[in-house]
Amino acid sequence: MIPDWLTPAIMTIITASTPLVFAAVGEIMVEKSGVLNLGVEGMMIMGAVAAFAIGVTTGSATLAILFGALAGLVLALIFGLLTLNLRANQVATGLALTLFGLGLSALIGHSFVGETFSGLPKLDIPFISKLPIIGPLVFGQDVLVYMSVASVFFAGWFLNKTRWGLVLRAVGENHDAAHAIGHPVNFVRMMAVLFGGSMAGLGGAYLSLAYTPLWVENMTAGRGWIALALVVFASWRPGRAIFGAYLFGGITILQLHVQGFGVAIAPQLMSMLPYLATIVVLVLISHDVNRFKLSAPACLGKTFHPSQ
Amino acid sequence: MAIRLEPRGEVSQGMIYGSPLVAVAATLVSGLVLFAILGVSPLDALFTFFISPVSSLDGWTELFVKATPLVLIAVGLSFGFQANVWNIGAEGQLTIGALAGGGLALLFFEAESVLLLPAMMIAGILGGMAWAAIPAFLKTKYNTNEILTSLMLVYVGLLVLSWLIHGPWKSPDGMNFPESRLFHDQATLPVFVSETRLHIGWLIALAVVLTSWIVMARHIIGFQVKVIGMAPMAARFAGFNENKVIWIALMISGGLAGFAGMIEVSGPIGKIQPMISPGYGFTAIIVAFLGRLHPVGVLFAGMLMALTYLGGDAAQIELNLPNAVTGVFQGMLLFYLLASDVLVKYQIRLGPSAPIVFKAGPSK
Repeated sequence: MIPDWLTPAIMTIITASTPLVFAAVGEIMVEKSGVLNLGVEGMMIMGAVAAFAIGVTTGSATLAILFGALAGLVLALIFGLLTLNLRANQVATGLALTLFGLGLSALIGHSFVGETFSGLPKLDIPFISKLPIIGPLVFGQDVLVYMSVASVFFAGWFLNKTRWGLVLRAVGENHDAAHAIGHPVNFVRMMAVLFGGSMAGLGGAYLSLAYTPLWVENMTAGRGWIALALVVFASWRPGRAIFGAYLFGGITILQLHVQGFGVAIAPQLMSMLPYLATIVVLVLISHDVNRFKLSAPACLGKTFHPSQ
Repeated sequence: MAIRLEPRGEVSQGMIYGSPLVAVAATLVSGLVLFAILGVSPLDALFTFFISPVSSLDGWTELFVKATPLVLIAVGLSFGFQANVWNIGAEGQLTIGALAGGGLALLFFEAESVLLLPAMMIAGILGGMAWAAIPAFLKTKYNTNEILTSLMLVYVGLLVLSWLIHGPWKSPDGMNFPESRLFHDQATLPVFVSETRLHIGWLIALAVVLTSWIVMARHIIGFQVKVIGMAPMAARFAGFNENKVIWIALMISGGLAGFAGMIEVSGPIGKIQPMISPGYGFTAIIVAFLGRLHPVGVLFAGMLMALTYLGGDAAQIELNLPNAVTGVFQGMLLFYLLASDVLVKYQIRLGPSAPIVFKAGPSK
């Protein structure tokens, strides 16, 4: 006998996890190329506000999703120009991206507070989408959920099975060697950064279009930073990142449900769970220094200049 | 013709101090464009934003009130940033400092002792230190990235604040608003310019600037911090204890952030409320960079950033613009600063690239 609450519970976990999947997979690609972009939070929130603004004004979900990705991409372009072309410090530039994104999104979103979006249409195949459990879970999601899962497979395939994936990893492991055999280090990195930006933008778009279809200032609430932690948790592997994202989605939903069951714990204390879990996970992954160094890209965060 | 960046033989001292000026100028020009897009007269808006808030004595005192936490926190962060210790959770340390200091004021609510205020200050510092000790411990013991842990603790700290003022610390006579009782006079920072809000916290911030200037220039810790940041290998060979520097950097920045939090609740706010800081802990990161990680630079950068808060308020009241404009200005300023900092280490050359010179031996 299958309990009635199971399917909706798993559905909400998927909704809570999808933004993290997008952002984490995008950032894995970026970090694999040797770039540390700490601006995920800023790119996500810009994706969220752009998607929502376009969605509300045009009513088109497709345009909304496109502009969400585009907003993340534009912010990533600023990051790329600063760190790759002008060789600015990656940590500082990433922080600047987040601060700027939070400010600009609040400014843009100001006139959209209180509006709502109709939400994303869900796949509906006659008969099949009505099957118990797997019907709604597998055949009844919206397009972004499918895209997020596809992106995991794409990233895994690209990094491990294609020539350009190999080049990208080479650039991230040893940029001097990659440069010496003629690979365009900064071009590869810029492409990775732009991909990461559009993925973060999509994650943000999912937040404001599907998760809570309205605009609230700072609505990403640290999810960009959690995605960065997930990259470490996943040892830079896309397959593990989706597992981690669903684990965190599960924790987020669990704490909401515990409150719903009337457990006598202050809601604020329960809301700490995802953040505390992030810290615990980071400690577990990082404490073995040697294993950590083996899985992290060797040139992560280092600036490349061909003449040095 | 191509534009290229060529490394300078040594860093340009002129550009180290010139690039903040370039960045401010570029931000002002972009501000004109931004205001034009928002549909207000750009020059009027710029005047409202940057000049009108400081066109009176009252305005200047408000500027110092806002600059106090920014300067305190940024001085602390500068220590760490020089040693590549990235504490970006100052907002959380500020919150816990405010709760520790303010908690003491609530605990000894009826106390009429002159010792209460100093005790609150110490509690605030210890609160911030305790919160920063978590990333320090995890970094030195378990190799855990302090950027992510200190940031996660910001959210946890804000939730602690929310929990306390919705529950145990909620004012009994506050009509169910989520805020604490107003502190008594004994728990409030004295004001030293009458008729204004300018409290002695500003004088303390000035003293902190002076002290850390001396420490960075003269004390061995200042030297070690700089060496670890610039040449970690050399520092290891010289036998500097890296873990010790991580602890010191986080304790100084955490303690000062906690102190800033205590000053906010005991100074301009006078109680514990849901929002203690409009993001001072994050803005202080910009202040630290803009001030070139130097205490005196931080002092001026802190005043400039304080002006963007006052400007945002003025633009909201007089021009009906959302005060999120402040955040946009702050972000832009940091972008331009990072971009113009390229000229510290590199020079721009026009024309085809120089012939490749093969150097003997490993180049790095």
